[in-house]
Amino acid sequence: MMNNQGRPTNNNAASDAQITGYKSYTGSRGLEQEELLIYEIGDTQRTGVDLPEVEDFKSCLGDVERDQEIGLAGLSEPEAMRHYTRLSRKNYAIDMGLYPLGSCTMKHNPRLNEKMARLPGLGDIHPMQPLSTVQGALDLIDTLAHWLKTLTGMPAVAMSPKAGAHGELCGLMAIRTALEAKGDGRSIVLAPESAHGTNPATAALCGYKVVSIPATSEGRVDLAAMKDAMGPEIAAIMVTNPNTCGLFEREIVEMADAIHAVGGYFYCDGANFNAIVGKVRPGDLGVDAMHINLHKTFSTPHGGGGPGAGPVVLSEALAPYAPIPYVVAGEEEFNMVEHDVEGGESFGRMTAFHGQMGMFVRALSYMMSHGADGLARVAEDSVLNANYVLASLKDVMSASYEGPCMHEALFDDHFLKDTGVSTLDFAKAMIDEGYHPMTMYFPLVVHGAMLVEPTESESKQSVDQFIEMMRHLVKAAKGGEVERFSGAPYNAPLKRLDETGAARNPKLRWED
Amino acid sequence: MTIYYSEDHEWISVDGNVGTVGITNYAQNALGDIVFVEVPEVGDDFAKGDEVAVVESVKAASEIYSPVGGKITETNGELEDNAALVNSSPDGDGWFFKINISDSGELEGLMDADGYKTFIAGLE
Repeated sequence: MMNNQGRPTNNNAASDAQITGYKSYTGSRGLEQEELLIYEIGDTQRTGVDLPEVEDFKSCLGDVERDQEIGLAGLSEPEAMRHYTRLSRKNYAIDMGLYPLGSCTMKHNPRLNEKMARLPGLGDIHPMQPLSTVQGALDLIDTLAHWLKTLTGMPAVAMSPKAGAHGELCGLMAIRTALEAKGDGRSIVLAPESAHGTNPATAALCGYKVVSIPATSEGRVDLAAMKDAMGPEIAAIMVTNPNTCGLFEREIVEMADAIHAVGGYFYCDGANFNAIVGKVRPGDLGVDAMHINLHKTFSTPHGGGGPGAGPVVLSEALAPYAPIPYVVAGEEEFNMVEHDVEGGESFGRMTAFHGQMGMFVRALSYMMSHGADGLARVAEDSVLNANYVLASLKDVMSASYEGPCMHEALFDDHFLKDTGVSTLDFAKAMIDEGYHPMTMYFPLVVHGAMLVEPTESESKQSVDQFIEMMRHLVKAAKGGEVERFSGAPYNAPLKRLDETGAARNPKLRWED
Repeated sequence: MTIYYSEDHEWISVDGNVGTVGITNYAQNALGDIVFVEVPEVGDDFAKGDEVAVVESVKAASEIYSPVGGKITETNGELEDNAALVNSSPDGDGWFFKINISDSGELEGLMDADGYKTFIAGLE
């Protein structure tokens, strides 16, 4: 006879609880636990470590000894560990799912890169070690520099900038120094509407007046308007290619010629280089300076997972002004140039040391595991995936520009007209579906923008799931399910935030 | 009192030599909830088209351009504590500043209410 004693194995009990919607006593929702602030868990009168009293303690600090409590919460190791692990579970990460944040290239970070970066000879070294003990690391920097120059067709590269915008600053400082060396005090930088938002910010930080160049109805730089704006006061143009509409600037060579004709320089924002790597060499297009976001093109960790690295490739004209320090390969060994050579024209130092070593290791590891043909495939797959998204959604969503696109697909909110659902609502509903939203309301040149970048590291199956989810949401929005969107997210750890209240009455302390 | 409108969505209500400037209902609606307004200093001079104020909403920070040239005579202090006035009353209590118009000829390049209505209809 069958034994039917013991615990039930069907899930009737669980689904009943779901239907009645029991609210837990703890505030937790199953394994997603409620978490307090760290000061609410521990208090300043407690410590998580027991140390023996020091006998005959005598302070050597004299009158600089602290006379107040340090004010930090004391937690035991398991309390501290659980706190951060629980918080991390409320977050979203590339390791958890597709992350379609346009213009950000949230692609997979291969585990091999992580392993390489942790090799003791690369991970445990210090920038102030004698050079004779870090020859391998310097060799790695030099090798990476070689491949960055080869892939971009540029003669020089500054490795030290710490992020994309820092790289932009490096490029513009080189441009300003080159102009000043000629006694040329130009004051204007041109930035198209389709450029990254950091471009005009960098130019302004560098002391330039920024003049915006409009986009055409096709989402590209208006070349005629750019030529009209040209003159002896123009220090540089800053063009993002592919641009933030996900389109290739076809007239980039004409733009380069136009700026060179008036004696200015061509800065190219290389943030979207993953769409053209192995296919196009910016050096062949007339670019004078371009930063490369190692995290976007060569798969080093991104965002909070940083730190960043934004090497800048430079043309022959700008190379003499590159920042120090840099690595040089001698006949016997590698050396660092820490001070500008006699009569040198370097604009100076941007960073304490040579750059973000851990990112260099990961980027080179990515390059070497892909090979030249593999990197070209990266560009192909990133463009293929984005076009697949565009083609699969443009019958129900409104594509801002006719395809084909490059590595990201741009939609506007036209398809939501009269539904009562905004781009913001739509993005919040995506969170309920378990996805990080795409970039929204950027670029500004289209209304209610939704910029989707699936990246090259997603499989067809994963992109198909995303597309299916988007089609369900579009159908719900058009079918009048406004509440599904207006109050979303319903399933996230935190519900819809009061952004206006947060900005108008910010609470900057956790306690009242 | 005549009200003129600019293509940058500012309105200017002219009484004699003094114009009161704010942003239009269309602009506040497009910007969303406004959280901060930076108005110019009284006594400052601006040319037509100069960046004269900044509006920050939950969506974006936007510059406000002076629809005419002139000297600032008064600013709306209420906005400092209550930027939401721009949302609730864009063409009334949510005004930004008053300006002593230096050249009333500059008003001619602006639109009247009907002209502005047609202009924003074209933006949809």
